[in-house]
Amino acid sequence: MRALMSLFTAIAVIGLGFWAYQQNILTQQAEREVARLEAEIAAHHERLAILRSEWAFLNRPDRLRALVDMNFDRLGLLPMQPDQFATIHEVSFPDPLAALTEASLVSDEAVQEDQP
Amino acid sequence: MSGQRIPLRPLSRVIEARQKGENPDYIERENLRQRHEAERDKLRLRAEGRILVVALCFLLGFGAVGVRMGALAASEPQEPGVTSVASAIQTARADIVDRQGRILATNLLTNALYAHPHEMVDPLAAAEGLVEIFPEMDYDRLVAQLTSERRFLWLRRSISPEQEQAVHDLGEPGLLFGPREIRLYPNGAIAAHVLGGAGFGQEAVNAAEIVGVAGLEAQFDAELRDPARAHTPLRLSMDLAIQSATEEVLASGMGLMNARGASTVLMDAHTGEVISLASLPDFDPNARPRPLTSGNDPSQSPLFNRAVQGVYELGSVFKIFTMAQALELDMVTPETSIDTTSPLRIAGFNIRDFHNYGPRQTATEVIVHSSNIGTARIADEIGPDRQRLFLEDLGLLEPTPLEIVEAPTGRPMIPARWERLSTMTVSYGHGLSTSPLHLAAGFAAMVNGGTRVAPTLIAQRDAPQTGARIISEDTSAQIRAMMRAVVDGGTASLAEVEGYEMGGKTGTADKPNPSGGYYEDRVIATFAGAFPMSDPQYVIIVTLDEPEIVALGETRRTAGWTAAPVAAEILRRVGPLLNLQPRGAAEIAQSGVSQLSSHIE
Repeated sequence: MRALMSLFTAIAVIGLGFWAYQQNILTQQAEREVARLEAEIAAHHERLAILRSEWAFLNRPDRLRALVDMNFDRLGLLPMQPDQFATIHEVSFPDPLAALTEASLVSDEAVQEDQP
Repeated sequence: MSGQRIPLRPLSRVIEARQKGENPDYIERENLRQRHEAERDKLRLRAEGRILVVALCFLLGFGAVGVRMGALAASEPQEPGVTSVASAIQTARADIVDRQGRILATNLLTNALYAHPHEMVDPLAAAEGLVEIFPEMDYDRLVAQLTSERRFLWLRRSISPEQEQAVHDLGEPGLLFGPREIRLYPNGAIAAHVLGGAGFGQEAVNAAEIVGVAGLEAQFDAELRDPARAHTPLRLSMDLAIQSATEEVLASGMGLMNARGASTVLMDAHTGEVISLASLPDFDPNARPRPLTSGNDPSQSPLFNRAVQGVYELGSVFKIFTMAQALELDMVTPETSIDTTSPLRIAGFNIRDFHNYGPRQTATEVIVHSSNIGTARIADEIGPDRQRLFLEDLGLLEPTPLEIVEAPTGRPMIPARWERLSTMTVSYGHGLSTSPLHLAAGFAAMVNGGTRVAPTLIAQRDAPQTGARIISEDTSAQIRAMMRAVVDGGTASLAEVEGYEMGGKTGTADKPNPSGGYYEDRVIATFAGAFPMSDPQYVIIVTLDEPEIVALGETRRTAGWTAAPVAAEILRRVGPLLNLQPRGAAEIAQSGVSQLSSHIE
């Protein structure tokens, strides 16, 4: 019995040692992966910052104005004027009333067909 | 010994003893003793073995601890890998954005170029190559530096990626790069005076700290550098599109009027948010010019912020404050007839009007015709103490609380002795110098229903400021009607923009001559207004320094001909950007202000 216990304990110790070693290696691997990802994130952040400043630089009002002047023949863009405001009623949408009555007619017919 | 077990009473020995007549019990006892001794020896041996094992365990344990301590003491300290945050490398200074989130200031990673002369392979070729890349470098000086005994040499603070590649292509091992973050203002000169600028603080090979040197950058330096807030940009109340449009219109107006300088302030009348603030001439904060070292007049430098730092006698725009106080004190109503007999002689000083409109005018006409005499008479009745207190309540006697480091230098110049004559001249804007921003804050209080407003550059959450009450709602409405009348047929008729109900007041003040007295032909022309007058949302101030324009065959300098049309043009441009819909004539007729103004007439 005692010997069995000793054997069992010895096996357990070896097993635990193996497990601990394995976990250690896995942790180190995970740490390396995290470090790599963090470096990647930092690089992306940096790139994002550069792109953002480039976007701001390319959209600076002076440049846009120069581009508008340069392309006036094709685009004809001018500063917004106060008289360019319009109400929603002035926009020509397809008449929603016509579409609605059409739909209701169809459904009415369907109802009538069902009734007999 | 313990091999075979000895019986306690071996028969042979017992018989032997009996024959000798000895007690056989002794034999038994002796055997028992021997047996015990053997047992004891065995136990001791086992215990000794155990102690040895335990001692070995302790030795191992303490040995491990000792070795680990030694290793820790001898090894280089190192940051724990997992806890370091990814953003540590990222921009350490927070961005500045406008109210819509568009970038006004950000950081850009570039490289600095330095040299290790002792590591150079061919200094002459390197110098030749560098001069080709950076034309402003001097070849002879560079050769002298690169062949000297020095071990370290800065060549350029920051270089572009193209230049970096070109230097790299020289293949010189003694030329090295260090990462450098620079502050970038992508919009160039737009809002330059507000942003200020930034420079390098402490420098090392692989990093340099960026410190704000002027404007917002200096005011909020600690907040912007706080690593905990590096990801939350500083959001301003300004709007890039409006600022850009305002500066464009102001610059063309300044050119048209042959003015030396110009400034404008556009401010929310309720929240005090400054939407745009421009001062011309301006500068590029990416390459901030050096402050002037020669000459005593800082206003000659483009760095000078005319809207905040510049204090000027702003002229007739102050009549609004005088009239508001008189209305508030129930001294006059808009219809009260006031003696405007010209000239008004007081303490050996003549007060005159630009045009003579007869001996009596109503209070509204005094404002609409901008009568100095009428205003002076009203101020005389108010008296110096009450006038001073009123202007103090409006914040016109102390620097503005705007969040830029230059704001405290915009300290108003007040009369040394505030007596009867000062009261009269201050009533129409002479003898008291304030900045255009002071005027914007004062006008905001006049038109927003009568509460004090402190100008701010930081985006607020659309909550109106609940400042101290200066004038009542009724007085504010009466003042609004008068201001509307000034634009609708008065001195500022050129400031009219159809549908926006601009209201305001012009002010033309002679410039003081540094050698005493006033110039005859140099003026500061100001238009201070608000729109839309039925429910004013914004206050606009336009100031032109020494404007001059030939119109209708005459040289004109008055604000009605110079500042007012510029203000109208600015409103025409920024009105749609502010999402303000112009209202038709019928709509305006229904609103309160027109009723009031018709009631006055």
